[in-house]
Amino acid sequence: MELNARIPDHPIDRMWERHRFDMKLVNPANKRRYQVIVVGTGLAGGAAAATMGELGYQVKAFTFHDSPRRAHSIAAQGGINAAKNYQGDGDSVYRLFYDTVKGGDFRSREANVYRLAELSLNIIDQAVAQGVPFAREYGGLLANRSFGGAQVSRTFYARGQTGQQLLLGAYQALERQVQAGTVQMNVRSEMLDVIVVDGRARGIVTRDLVTGRIEAHMADAVVLGTGGYSNAFFLSTNAMGCNVTATWRAHRRGAGFANPCFTQIHPTCIPQSGEYQGKLTLMSESLRNDGRIWVPKEPGDTRAAAAIPDSERDYYLERLYPSFGNLTPRDIASRRAKEMVDSGHGVGPMRNGVYLDFRDAIQRLGKAAVAERYGNLFQMYEKITGEDPYDVPMRIYPAPHYTMGGLWVDYDLMTTVPGLFAIGEANFSDHGANRLGASALMQGLADGYFIIPLTIGNYLADAPKMDVGVDHPAARDAVREVTDTQERLLAVKGNRTVDSFHQELGRILWDHCGMARTEAGLREALQKIPELRERFWKEVLVPGSGATLNQSLEKAGRVADFLEFAEVMCWDALTRDESCGAHYRVEHTTEEGEAKRDDENFAHGAVWEFKGVGEEPVRHREPLHFEHVPLSQRSYK
Amino acid sequence: MNRVLNLYRSSVGKKSLMAVTGILLVGFVFGHMAGNLKAFQSWDPAGGTLHPLDQYGEFLREFGYPILPEYGVLWVARIALLAAVLVHMFAAYRLWTQSRAARTRGYRKAESQVFSYASRTMRWGGVIIFLFVIYHILHFTTGDVHPDFEYGAVYANLVTGFQSTPVALFYIVAVGALSLHVYHGIWSAFATLGVQNARVERARRPLAAALAIVLFLGYISVPVAVLAGRWTSIGLTL
Amino acid sequence: MNLTLHVWRQAGPDDAGAFETYRAEDISDSMSFLDMLDLVNEDLTRKGKEPIAFEHDCREGICGSCGMMINGVAHGPERLITACQLHMRSFKDGDEIWIEPFRATAFPVMRDLVVDRNSFDRVIQAGGYISVRTGSAQDANATPIPKRDADRAFDAAACIGCGACVAACPNASAMLFTAAKVAHLSYLPQGQAERLERALGMASQHDAEGFGNCTNHGACQEACPKGISVDYIARLNRDVLKGTLNKAVGTPD
Repeated sequence: MELNARIPDHPIDRMWERHRFDMKLVNPANKRRYQVIVVGTGLAGGAAAATMGELGYQVKAFTFHDSPRRAHSIAAQGGINAAKNYQGDGDSVYRLFYDTVKGGDFRSREANVYRLAELSLNIIDQAVAQGVPFAREYGGLLANRSFGGAQVSRTFYARGQTGQQLLLGAYQALERQVQAGTVQMNVRSEMLDVIVVDGRARGIVTRDLVTGRIEAHMADAVVLGTGGYSNAFFLSTNAMGCNVTATWRAHRRGAGFANPCFTQIHPTCIPQSGEYQGKLTLMSESLRNDGRIWVPKEPGDTRAAAAIPDSERDYYLERLYPSFGNLTPRDIASRRAKEMVDSGHGVGPMRNGVYLDFRDAIQRLGKAAVAERYGNLFQMYEKITGEDPYDVPMRIYPAPHYTMGGLWVDYDLMTTVPGLFAIGEANFSDHGANRLGASALMQGLADGYFIIPLTIGNYLADAPKMDVGVDHPAARDAVREVTDTQERLLAVKGNRTVDSFHQELGRILWDHCGMARTEAGLREALQKIPELRERFWKEVLVPGSGATLNQSLEKAGRVADFLEFAEVMCWDALTRDESCGAHYRVEHTTEEGEAKRDDENFAHGAVWEFKGVGEEPVRHREPLHFEHVPLSQRSYK
Repeated sequence: MNRVLNLYRSSVGKKSLMAVTGILLVGFVFGHMAGNLKAFQSWDPAGGTLHPLDQYGEFLREFGYPILPEYGVLWVARIALLAAVLVHMFAAYRLWTQSRAARTRGYRKAESQVFSYASRTMRWGGVIIFLFVIYHILHFTTGDVHPDFEYGAVYANLVTGFQSTPVALFYIVAVGALSLHVYHGIWSAFATLGVQNARVERARRPLAAALAIVLFLGYISVPVAVLAGRWTSIGLTL
Repeated sequence: MNLTLHVWRQAGPDDAGAFETYRAEDISDSMSFLDMLDLVNEDLTRKGKEPIAFEHDCREGICGSCGMMINGVAHGPERLITACQLHMRSFKDGDEIWIEPFRATAFPVMRDLVVDRNSFDRVIQAGGYISVRTGSAQDANATPIPKRDADRAFDAAACIGCGACVAACPNASAMLFTAAKVAHLSYLPQGQAERLERALGMASQHDAEGFGNCTNHGACQEACPKGISVDYIARLNRDVLKGTLNKAVGTPD
């Protein structure tokens, strides 16, 4: 596997501009002769399909949802960063670039991150022009807030529903192109394989989730905007349908998978309330601005929160990080919460959370002011838990939330398979080992609106134009393989439900490849996962048939892929013998108890090559160079 | 013409036709009510003059005469009202069939939602009002179903007509249905025509309710007074 | 608690469908309604039966996937939430619960509780956007927008496209959905250029999809998990009438 990031040889601040000039263009009249498949129609995929449609390509878009408006991008609450410097507080493209590289703990590619920071400006312009109702000041200008501990106010937001509003903007642009006839929208259509012809991606295999029909779709290039894989953990804040299937299938067809162990755990989620639960709910991180996090000093203290006097409470983040206190970065806040619960200080009926207390904020600001800031979040919490956070402190616990890892891509967002591109959370490009708050929406839209529509032209202009139909042997083989896999799933007829396997896999990953990882734990996981996979294929019970809408069958296919994918995640965590960002190896801890990077040996992206199910994958490296942001140790003391 | 056709084709257009004709009919209903109240004007039966109500009837028949033929304006008004009723009903029918087609299978368990009794009875209420109007015309205009009908003697017809308690009660019930219809109709017409001004918005329901109550009281006052006159010393008598 | 569920089962779009009765046992207060259905489904699967198909995804009330009639009320008995946000503490031991799909001709049932809501997408295609090419936008702060307009636009834009308005409407009308999108874009200066064409196009597509018409009951507003106001419907009506009567506005096909 050859890893050529194809970083243009220009100074970083002119790189994207010069690269746009260097790229080959497709003649406008010729664009409609090219077909592009876009899989996934969330922020990245939706924006990409709409823009490529505008440019004149024939776009075929696919989503497993009933409508592009359901994509999980819709659930992003907090906001979107952009280096507009509308607040005049010293922000700039360079500062956003710097913060993102540093926040990613020096495991991302400088060239890509710089471009992301540059494009952040265009995204806000574009979204406003589309009618995205961002928050505004009384003077009518856009409002900003500081988010996730950033020292400048660069986050644009639309109440707590920024993702929803941005997605609807992209969705509307997409539907406009559907009406114009440039985008053919295929809903309830799940991609189950990539078709590679002569080393180039030339199509996909999909299953129509209503009729069960499995068929090939051909094109000149394939773009995957299929999101992240947090649901490998079973319990996460991701929507129930989020899965790794598209990227995993691409990986099996030759696309390198980069840094799969870089998974972000969000610190403020509502703790699990029972074994039956299938999904965790995120509470906006903004709550940490005014809430104080604590646990009882005495392990196993079962008194009600109000009955525990201040002297018997441990405000552990304030104690350990006096200057950042409750606003320490996500990975640290998450890890400390886990330590507290693991050492018996957990609170709540299942003793699986820590308190996030607004008592002092209510005393200081008054109930009305607190309600103004967090009213809707408090309401949401009460609906879920039945407890009123004005009276009883909230309980929170970390949960898997976002995955920085993904398909390896070069500067043009192309994977190691020519003609196969990955955008948004599906690729690994910009966040390194840890993503900053309000940067996911930014990356998805930068990739979708502004990068892929141009870089794909550069690829198409050069690619040999040849007609490959659905009767090409490669397409027929892929369809047959997908059909076989489905039939095998239905034929097992065992005695255990799909969810029970998913749950078991999730527990293995959470225990051994979650917030704190050890060599021994990872080795154990690498033993358990293949065993579980074997049992899955012997004992799983998938009722119904393949020829109808069958949600059990859909889930079974996704879990089967998670069971393969989980291994490479653990391999990556095991071989990355350092701590960095969200990847915390217990063996590598500074004296202050923080993640200790090993830049000498691990300043690289790890890119995995598939060698067969159950075979040890091969690890490649893309060395990372830091010419603009000097390597330094994070400190939040 | 094209634009009017488009208006008619769209459901919003049909609804606005209903709103406009509805407002016209509400205007008529109030005018009619004002006329009815002349029944209460004092009058000396021995004075040799017509009852004010009868004078009013004559005025309507002769309005515009001699420039226009006798009954001329009256018939123009009648035709206009009939046209409004027909447009109102036909649009309602088309909208009803559209909505019926929009849900062919109902719910097994349908919880009654918050919407009002008035809004739920618009369609059947409308049909009942229509049947009532036919009866009413046969009763007081042509006299076909009035046992003691005397052409031109509006007041006398009214008092003799309401001597029958069932007839008077039927009128009261029908006027109740009309008031409910007008209550939701007025509030609905504002929305349909897109009146959207914060102050009007707030006043919409109270205004609709007030008009409906005035209508109800105004109309029932006559049959109630005739019934009262029959059983007590206060009330309308010949 | 133990509950009796009467659930609509329908194998496919052309199947007649019928209610089936299930027991849901040992249900805890803190479960969500969909957790409860998951549990019933796990049990059905273990017995070799096909689980109840229902749509759901984010499970936090924003994606708009879930939607079903619970005891005759869209999204169930609590106001301002979606079915996934409903928790079992709203029920009590021994309750009987009727669960039906959203019913409308424009929302054909695909299986059990799953309905096809692509009619909504087609209403959006008929004009529910601002025509702006990627990259052609001016600076985001070039046109100040009064906060109250931005807030109003947001209130309308909060629609999640779940279809509860249609399900609850006695006429199966989607006027609230249509009006919310028209209002969202019409409160903003960017949305003015296409304002009347948009209203006309979307309203006419609304009819073409086979939705019923609005008779101003207000049931949609009650059922809406995002509390979207029926006043937007008046605004839509006004724009449609203006557009229809305005000579300059092209008449849609």
